[in-house]
Amino acid sequence: MSSSTTHTSTIGAIGAPSRRNTELALLAFAVVIPLFAYINVGLAIDGELPPGMLGYGCGIGLLAAVGHIVVRKFAPYADPLLLPLATLLNGLGLVVIWRLDQSEKLQALAKAATGSFSPSAPKQLMYSAIGIALFVGVLLLLKDHRVLQRYTYISMVAALVLLLLPLVPGLGMNVFGARIWISVGGFSIQPGEFAKIVIAIFFAGYLMVKRDALALASRRFMGIYLPRGRDLGPIIVVWAMSILILVFETDLGTSLLFFGMFVVMLYVATERTSWIVFGLVMSSVGAVGVATFEPHVQERVDAWLNPFSDAVIASTGSDQIAQSLMAFGSGGVLGTGLGQGHSDLIGFAANSDFILATFGEELGLAGVMAILMIYGLIVERGVRTALAARDPFGKLLAIGLSGAFAIQVFVVSGGVMGLIPLTGMTMPFLANGGSSVIANWALIGILIRISDTARRPAPAPAPNPDAEMTQVVRP
Amino acid sequence: MNKPLRRIAVFCGLLVLALLARDNWLQYVQADTLAEHDKNRRVSIERYAQPRGDIIVDGKAITGSKEAGSGDFKYKRTYKNGPMWSPVTGFASQRIGATQIESIEDGILTGNDDRLFFTRSLDMITGKKKEGGNAVTTLNAAAQKAAYDGLKGRGKGAVAALDPSTGAILALASAPSYDPSTFAGNTNEEAEEFGKLDKDKDQPMLNRALRETYPPGSTFKAVTAAAALEHDLYKDVDAPTESPLPWTLPDSQTPLPNEGDIPCKNASLRNALRVSCNTVFGKIGSDLGKDKMLETAEKFGFNEEQFVPVRSNASVFPKKMDRPQTALSSIGQFETAATPLQMAMVASAIANDGKLMEPYMVSELQAPNLDVIEKHAPKEMSRPLSEENAQKLQDIMETVINDGTGTNAKIDGVTVGGKTGTAQHGVDNSENPYAWFISYAKTDSGSPVAVAVVVEDSKASRDDISGGGLAAPIAKDVMKAVLDSKK
Repeated sequence: MSSSTTHTSTIGAIGAPSRRNTELALLAFAVVIPLFAYINVGLAIDGELPPGMLGYGCGIGLLAAVGHIVVRKFAPYADPLLLPLATLLNGLGLVVIWRLDQSEKLQALAKAATGSFSPSAPKQLMYSAIGIALFVGVLLLLKDHRVLQRYTYISMVAALVLLLLPLVPGLGMNVFGARIWISVGGFSIQPGEFAKIVIAIFFAGYLMVKRDALALASRRFMGIYLPRGRDLGPIIVVWAMSILILVFETDLGTSLLFFGMFVVMLYVATERTSWIVFGLVMSSVGAVGVATFEPHVQERVDAWLNPFSDAVIASTGSDQIAQSLMAFGSGGVLGTGLGQGHSDLIGFAANSDFILATFGEELGLAGVMAILMIYGLIVERGVRTALAARDPFGKLLAIGLSGAFAIQVFVVSGGVMGLIPLTGMTMPFLANGGSSVIANWALIGILIRISDTARRPAPAPAPNPDAEMTQVVRP
Repeated sequence: MNKPLRRIAVFCGLLVLALLARDNWLQYVQADTLAEHDKNRRVSIERYAQPRGDIIVDGKAITGSKEAGSGDFKYKRTYKNGPMWSPVTGFASQRIGATQIESIEDGILTGNDDRLFFTRSLDMITGKKKEGGNAVTTLNAAAQKAAYDGLKGRGKGAVAALDPSTGAILALASAPSYDPSTFAGNTNEEAEEFGKLDKDKDQPMLNRALRETYPPGSTFKAVTAAAALEHDLYKDVDAPTESPLPWTLPDSQTPLPNEGDIPCKNASLRNALRVSCNTVFGKIGSDLGKDKMLETAEKFGFNEEQFVPVRSNASVFPKKMDRPQTALSSIGQFETAATPLQMAMVASAIANDGKLMEPYMVSELQAPNLDVIEKHAPKEMSRPLSEENAQKLQDIMETVINDGTGTNAKIDGVTVGGKTGTAQHGVDNSENPYAWFISYAKTDSGSPVAVAVVVEDSKASRDDISGGGLAAPIAKDVMKAVLDSKK
């Protein structure tokens, strides 16, 4: 029989419908909902239909259409949910960024800081277009994700370079206490966002090769498997790298993201729980170690524990967390309605790291739960893709990317909602920021490519001449 | 590899679940706490997002709102003739907060009051913007102007005027005063202005009519006279009293002096009040004793805060005192202290034939569409003296005006009764005394106004200070203003 009955995927390979029309219908929703949201903001703020309504509507619609056509043509069996969900988030993000552009307080703040104010929404629309272009590029150029295996070690080098770029003098920029941006020709880029994908490729390639060694060649000690020293090498390197990022770039979020992603992928590759224990121990050691001598991290923890304390606000120079919590609280269950909140009190990061607080205030508990569910769906579709993938590299890459996505969403929204200490990272697709939206579209592109390969019907079994022979009845 | 993958899926699900749980905690359980947190500017932004409702006197608003021009707070409060009205309105400042009517009726004025829920819900459906309601006061603009203008030239002081038949406050002035418009907004200059007023040693922001207690001096003799009549010590106001001159305080060697050489020996109540005999009233207090004096004083409202609805300080008639102290208290000395409002209540109870009405100054609360939400019904507070005794007392208080220390308050064609007072204060009377005057006017249809005036004039030379000289003319102007507006 064909392999379809023996592999353990929950998705049947034979006769799987392509679901492209489902995707198209969902995309229509994903375009119409932000369009209505956009009209809503315009009516709430100015009492009239927003002038750029057609522009933004067509913009999102066009991007969705391009995405859909390319998927239909080049990845016909891809997961039908990923593209609409990402489009919906991107569209809602644009609406809220545009809404915050209208805030006089943020405009005044920008003028005071840089001398001029330029709206973020048009730029974000442009970056979204570049993101979709990269998405299209991934689907066009990457006919099979297994090709990426070839670039395992090149990816490692590339990831290291990307991560260390912000530390290069003259190139890196220190913005609000974190050195995670580089400036090239007037554009600022957050290389960490791209490194996230590149490093997932490296981990997947490396672990696929080493998984047996890591899983089996270990000694049992007190109930857990201790890895061999030489297998520990790369793990120590990743751990050290996370610590270095934390110390020199003061980027808590990125270091947490990398280490978390690596532990997840190790666990999946080796199926050994001891790696998780090991990872947790190492991350705790690293976190506590850094926190004892790094004031930036201590401030974050203080601000998390006592967001309303005057002393803490004075020492960090910002009451963002307090403002964010109050924005959520003021929104209540149903929210104030788009355009009618005061989340601009959060200040400069209102439309980037803290964008979820605006959703919280203006769309309320209902809106935020919906947003979180959309993120949850993207992650679970990614995990499903990993389950369905037939090759270990694809499985590892898919789980690495969706795990990273999940951790990023958790770390950012957890920070903004005061669940965990705040770390400077962006809400994928929602937040203002070019690097983030471009990198996440590329991430979705790769997931779609893997899911297409996974769901593609297996080739029909070759005809068996013997079987054919037996059926021939010759009189 | 699928078993760990499924576990990772569960793990990711748990991450999202944790976020959902936290979000419910924040936006459902903690929502109200956070929404009303002290540091949450939304509360004040919301409060100043629309023009505030007005405080209304004689059908005209004495407050207003204008666009602040900058900052989060869209509208700020303005006041018409702020210094004159500030003891009534209090202030509403974006930076500092609100006081008095502005604070007590804040819910109505901002439109947030629960009683406006119905109109607000209707407005939400019709898409109308939220508006504030109005607070209609009982004040009389002409009387207030007379009171404030009278005080303004005389340094510090206060005036309280009541309508005896209802308890409605007609004037409530205090000097020196301040203009609440000058710090209504949220700028640093306005905060500085407030700081300056707050630290001013003349205390312009003190509402002297309600919150300052002064020794009432001889005006308290009206209360003592009422006590004498009520407790049947003397029945006939023209019969001679058994009061020797000089009279020594009981249980002591100290004689109680009169101001000047006045005919107080066995003087009738009428004469004793007319020339303000300390000996006669000191002896009455001592004869009645502490308990009877306290009973009458408390029926007049002493030892109790009044809420009009702005809180007044409690006036004091001491509860613990020996016999000589009782005698001193009965002529408004020792620890006796009264707010101008309290003394106006004394005058109004006498003028209203012994019935003391609860003082109030907000007659009506209106919804933004002018529907009446709450109307104040005049309420009797107590009966400090019988109708008969009240009329006896009125009779002798009218003598004070016609033929005694209070001639400065005489109004042609109107019956006026009153009592002057000059209250010593300071250590060993070192400071200038307070000039007091309480009075009422009476027409055929009863008494429309009772007034109390206190002036602390540090510039006047000591000998010029007397209730009749400094305070009576102000009281007269206030009474005239009320009488004129009734015509």
